Amino acid sequence: MSVLDVSDLKMYFETLEGPVHAVEDIAFSVEKGRVLGLVGESGSGKTSIALTLMGLLPPNAKVLSGSVRLGGEELLKVPEERLRREIRWKRISLVAQGAMNSLNPVFTIGDQIKEAITTHTDTPEPEAAEQVKELLKKVGISPDRYSSYPHELSGGMKQRVIIAMALALSPDLVIADEPTTALDVIVQAEILTLLKSLQREMRMSMILITHDLALVAEMSNTIAIAYGGQTVEYGSASDIFHKPRHPYTIGLLKSVPNIAAKKTRLTSIPGSPPDLVHPPTGCRFAARCSFATSKCVSEMPPLEDTGERGHLARCWYWRDMGL
Amino acid sequence: MSSEALISLVNLTKHFESKQGLKNTLLRKKTIIRALDGVSFEIKKGEIFGVAGESGCGKTTLGRTIIRLAEPTAGSIFYGGRDITHLDKSSMRSLRPKIQIVFQDPYESINPRMSVFEVVAEGLGINRRVLGMKRQEQVREAVKRSLELVQLTPPEQFMVRYPHELSGGQRQRVAIARALVLEPDFIIADEPVSMLDASIRAEVLNVVTDLRDKLGLTFLFITHDLALSKHVTDRLGIMYLGKFAEIAPSEELTSKPLHPYTQALIAAIPVPDPDGKKVKVLAGGEVPSAIAIPSGCRFHPRCPFAKELCKTQEPELRQVEQEHYVACHYYQEAYDSFKTTV
Repeated sequence: MSVLDVSDLKMYFETLEGPVHAVEDIAFSVEKGRVLGLVGESGSGKTSIALTLMGLLPPNAKVLSGSVRLGGEELLKVPEERLRREIRWKRISLVAQGAMNSLNPVFTIGDQIKEAITTHTDTPEPEAAEQVKELLKKVGISPDRYSSYPHELSGGMKQRVIIAMALALSPDLVIADEPTTALDVIVQAEILTLLKSLQREMRMSMILITHDLALVAEMSNTIAIAYGGQTVEYGSASDIFHKPRHPYTIGLLKSVPNIAAKKTRLTSIPGSPPDLVHPPTGCRFAARCSFATSKCVSEMPPLEDTGERGHLARCWYWRDMGL
Repeated sequence: MSSEALISLVNLTKHFESKQGLKNTLLRKKTIIRALDGVSFEIKKGEIFGVAGESGCGKTTLGRTIIRLAEPTAGSIFYGGRDITHLDKSSMRSLRPKIQIVFQDPYESINPRMSVFEVVAEGLGINRRVLGMKRQEQVREAVKRSLELVQLTPPEQFMVRYPHELSGGQRQRVAIARALVLEPDFIIADEPVSMLDASIRAEVLNVVTDLRDKLGLTFLFITHDLALSKHVTDRLGIMYLGKFAEIAPSEELTSKPLHPYTQALIAAIPVPDPDGKKVKVLAGGEVPSAIAIPSGCRFHPRCPFAKELCKTQEPELRQVEQEHYVACHYYQEAYDSFKTTV
């Protein structure tokens, strides 16, 4: 059963240079109790997608079309007032990129987590405070730290506080946008281990947004690869890594260094991401693709079902592609 | 590869003093930050030597101290056998072209108002006296050659462009070309690809390995990314709180790590394979401050193998195998355990 279904999502930002087509045909689903890895590099639209799902887009953003269904309900049609009262944080929460640096320095961490509970529910203060202590334990912080201030905590601890906040109202879906980007590798491993065990324990559904393929391999069941605002490939983690069908995914896989592999010369994908003010008419990856033909330059390929376990690819020649 | 050392460091130390903070102000005291706490090693001619470690381990201070952007507190730096630790300003200036540095962020280290030609030629202007290069034509040739070396070809096309017209990878290659134009022997690359998207990192990294292969240049490659540095460097040193924990050839260091800290780093790195090994936390906690470095072995408060000896006696970095150095009293026990758990 899917918790979230996103299809044909189109969104642009109005800017002085003209509209920036940040999201153009994004599609994916998140199954109950599973982790979807949403992978993209700069300009892929991955953070815009997170903001769209949360209904937190800035005023210059316009959603043109598409559908975002949370448990069957169309989110794009829900008025802001109801989003705020009933959906955001209660049913979908966000661990935003760099959120650990946005904790309020003059309030204790306990009170900040408590605020998330009391703002959205009628829970009385003392009961909410008890819940906060339970949450702190859950994320591996001693409840004695309830009265600590953010500056007294390390980066890894602050990120745990953010995770506790995101879980405070037991949402149906947690979106984690680059949850470990600023952390050192050992702390990152601690946070990943924590997220994984919480996710299993609470049967939590999660979207992990990252640029790092190694992270999604570690965490996800399903993977969506985004490029230039489009889903270019979608499938099970194992299919994406072992039977990729899109040349961008293949290039990305070859460019990621693997500590467990023999020493080798790394490869890169030549060129740079497309200009989203004047996006190409055909395939958005064509300019960097070594297999591109004139058809790729002139016609945009659809996201096609390969017929293999729900594996989708947006390439005219997906049948010929492979590692 | 010749085994002759181009750079040798003997007990190189850099302590920073800080008088900031309420306590320091009131008590008129100062805090000593031991960023680099006695580092000795050699970089061979034509070698890419990698230094890896977490934030605050002293890796950036190491690079800056070697080229004397920071004055060492103690110890010596030898370049080609010559002690350059206390060279005066003018002798240092004549040496500068030989030792160059490439910084992390090509969006900040390159002047956006200069064309690629001006960016690369700028160093020649400042160092013209050193190189005895006078004519415009010679400058143009040197710039062209540098751009070709970093594969920005044809160079004539790139010379007239401005930084905003280049991709991140191209910008970083311009930064390398700017270093190359002075014909250095030794380049320090401080996190040269950490600001770039994964898919374009290799275009910069392969320039580094090609320069070593073709021109025999020597590199100090500073990074926090052990997985990446394994594939780029010949030898790797792992730093922890201002000292080396382990030094070995890159392949060996990553497949047979002997120091418990190296092991913890390697076990924590995710592998890009959903069926591969999963991350493990072998040593929890976070790096202590360089103001209060633990007694004995500086890693002992986090080390799962720590014993009494580790609290009191600091282990020396000693050779335990051909080219494999480790600073740990109980590395054998640690490695036996690592083999069975990871």
